[in-house]
Amino acid sequence: MLDVRGLKKVYEGSGRRVEAVRDLTFTVGAGELVCLVGPSGCGKTTLLKCVGGLLAPTAGEVLLEGRQVTGPPPAMAFVFQEYGRSLFPWMRVRENVELPLKQKNLAKDRRRELVADALRSVDLADAAGAYPWQLSGGMQQRVAIARALAYEPRVLLMDEPFAAVDAQTRADLEDLVRRLWRERAITILFVTHDIDEAVYLGERVVVLSASPTVVQEQLKVDLPDERDQLHTRVAPRFAELRTHVYEQIQAAKRGGGTTKSDAPQPL
Amino acid sequence: MKGANLALGAAGLAVFLALGEAVPRLGLVKEAYFPPTSKIADAFAGELTDSAFWTALGDTLTGWAVGLAVAACAGIVAGVVISVVPYLREATASTIEFLRPIPSVALIPLAVLLYGNELRSVLLLVVYASFWQVLIQTLYGVRDVDPVAEETARSYGLGTWARVRYVLWPTALPYVMTGLRLAAAVALILTVTAELVIGSPGLGARIGIAQNSQAVPDMYALIVVTGLLGLLINVGARSVERRALAWHQSVRGEVTV
Amino acid sequence: MRRFLLRLVFVVALPVVLLAVWWLASDDSTDVYWPPLRTILKTFPDVWTAERLRTDAFPSVLRLAAGYATAAVTGVALGTVIGSHRRVRAVCEPVMEFLRAVPPPVLIPVIMLFAGIGDTMKVVVIASGCVWPILLNTVEGVRAVDSVMADTARSYGITGAARLRHVVLRSASPQIFAGLRQGLSIGIILMVISEMFAASSGLGFTVVQFQRGFAIPDMWTGILVLGLLGFLLSVLFQLVERRVLGWYHGLRASTRRSR
Repeated sequence: MLDVRGLKKVYEGSGRRVEAVRDLTFTVGAGELVCLVGPSGCGKTTLLKCVGGLLAPTAGEVLLEGRQVTGPPPAMAFVFQEYGRSLFPWMRVRENVELPLKQKNLAKDRRRELVADALRSVDLADAAGAYPWQLSGGMQQRVAIARALAYEPRVLLMDEPFAAVDAQTRADLEDLVRRLWRERAITILFVTHDIDEAVYLGERVVVLSASPTVVQEQLKVDLPDERDQLHTRVAPRFAELRTHVYEQIQAAKRGGGTTKSDAPQPL
Repeated sequence: MKGANLALGAAGLAVFLALGEAVPRLGLVKEAYFPPTSKIADAFAGELTDSAFWTALGDTLTGWAVGLAVAACAGIVAGVVISVVPYLREATASTIEFLRPIPSVALIPLAVLLYGNELRSVLLLVVYASFWQVLIQTLYGVRDVDPVAEETARSYGLGTWARVRYVLWPTALPYVMTGLRLAAAVALILTVTAELVIGSPGLGARIGIAQNSQAVPDMYALIVVTGLLGLLINVGARSVERRALAWHQSVRGEVTV
Repeated sequence: MRRFLLRLVFVVALPVVLLAVWWLASDDSTDVYWPPLRTILKTFPDVWTAERLRTDAFPSVLRLAAGYATAAVTGVALGTVIGSHRRVRAVCEPVMEFLRAVPPPVLIPVIMLFAGIGDTMKVVVIASGCVWPILLNTVEGVRAVDSVMADTARSYGITGAARLRHVVLRSASPQIFAGLRQGLSIGIILMVISEMFAASSGLGFTVVQFQRGFAIPDMWTGILVLGLLGFLLSVLFQLVERRVLGWYHGLRASTRRSR
């Protein structure tokens, strides 16, 4: 579904070169939920923006269903961390969800149907007429998710979407993502810095190294499909996986133990 | 990056000046109406050697500075008093909303009758126009005071004066500075306007004389002087604002009022 | 109900007191320049007849509207172009800063050279004075479009005209309105001044005629009319602003509360 091959991103500006992503290769299968986790400041957002076509990679390529991504593809939707800045404050919830559909030239009836369905999926059918800033943080992020759903993407990119909400809301939102993924069979690439979240949500966890970023390890999460906050998180297997990922990240921070050989790039 | 921007800006300015030279030279507009840049520059140099010009500049700056100072003091004091005295804000709101949008130039006939073309005519207009800028921003600033800070100050038994000094004034200061910057610009506009329309001595009156005597390049040169003066005032006010607010976490933009 | 009455008292009390003070203080005034308020109010209906409103007030307002509308359209359009291109902005910035700093009334003699003393001159004067605050504020507003919002728009395929209409202009609208408000007060000033300079009709012209003819109470009524006009336009502006920027005030209030 999604192929990232040899992705490299170097920021250049005012005489400084910053290598954010060095050499990343991984794939996401159709209908998979993959979590990318890495130490903070490891270029996760840069990576996701390259995948979403918002940034042009310096080298390497991103393929969506075999076709190279050069700009934001219509089959992809993006959920940003900063929900407060990602929703348009001058539009009501309904209009926020509907605007991208207007751009897709969908008929009015179809748009209304999609908006209502998406808002129902995130339990916000009652809030359609409110402005985003009248809602709590968690509700705002649900609106952003609804906007992504209504867009009918085949791939959903989520950039640390729950980093800015409180712990309880966060647990609810995680379950919401699991539920939507299972109901709608969307492919999800979920970026987070939270190890528990990555293991709890993902079918597979891709551990990234510190910047300049490479893939440290890929790990299959062999937890049952039915997960819930109460039992999954205390299961022995969950603890093992979590410890393993934690160790990998610690190793990544120290800069050692890279499983891939990568030729040092002179800066 | 910054250097590149500066170069682009200089290029823009050069193009602007070159266009000013070329357009009348090519006969696109009448030279009598729109003299080329070089002629305006000549006239400008001529003005600089004329002592009457410097007197006029001094008169304009006096009107501007005195008017602004009076308006600033009155605006700040009125703003703080209105905010501190209970119920005064509610009681004055409608009056302020009514008086503020009254165009200061409506007072020109009155100023002429009362003071002729004396400096006081200019001051009447300048003070009236700039006062509202300072007052409104001060009121907004005081309203922005964090209720928690205010309650803390109260619970530690700070008196009215101490609260004004340590809580209210520091919070309101950024707004007051914005008000002063806006007032400085408005004061210049009104000073020059009063001189132009009423004939009080100053740059405005000199522009009027140049216009009546068909000295078109001189008129343009004087207009450029007022523009440079305005630019200097804007830049100066902004840098004072920035320096005064260096401690403040966010040097904020203007309020939409 | 009681709260409403209390608010009404607050709104009305001070104006009533001020008017009463004016009335009483000027009642037995013999100073020609400060006629009794009674005389001014008595003169008012005689001076500002329907005929006079038609021949003087109406043309003034029409010229203001024409000049202001021209400035608003030009300012927002140019500001959007300049604000969305970093290089264009860098090129134009010093020139714009200079032109903005020129006190607008000094443009009247220049524009008179080109456009004579007719309606065109006044409309051009008003437009060329109002345009700067609108233009510069639009540039600032357009430039400051939030990066996450811009990314959001791009990733959802909101580009071109839709991006301009639904994202850029809406997100710049608080700034644009700040510019429009500054522009309006400059516009009113220029409307009056341009008529004082050279005109055969208009509010500014009439008021100056009264003053030159020493018709002092009439002049005072003229000042009142100009004041009322300024007030009415400001109320009108606020009504529009509250409609267009309702979301912005709500957003500000909600961030203020959560701080």
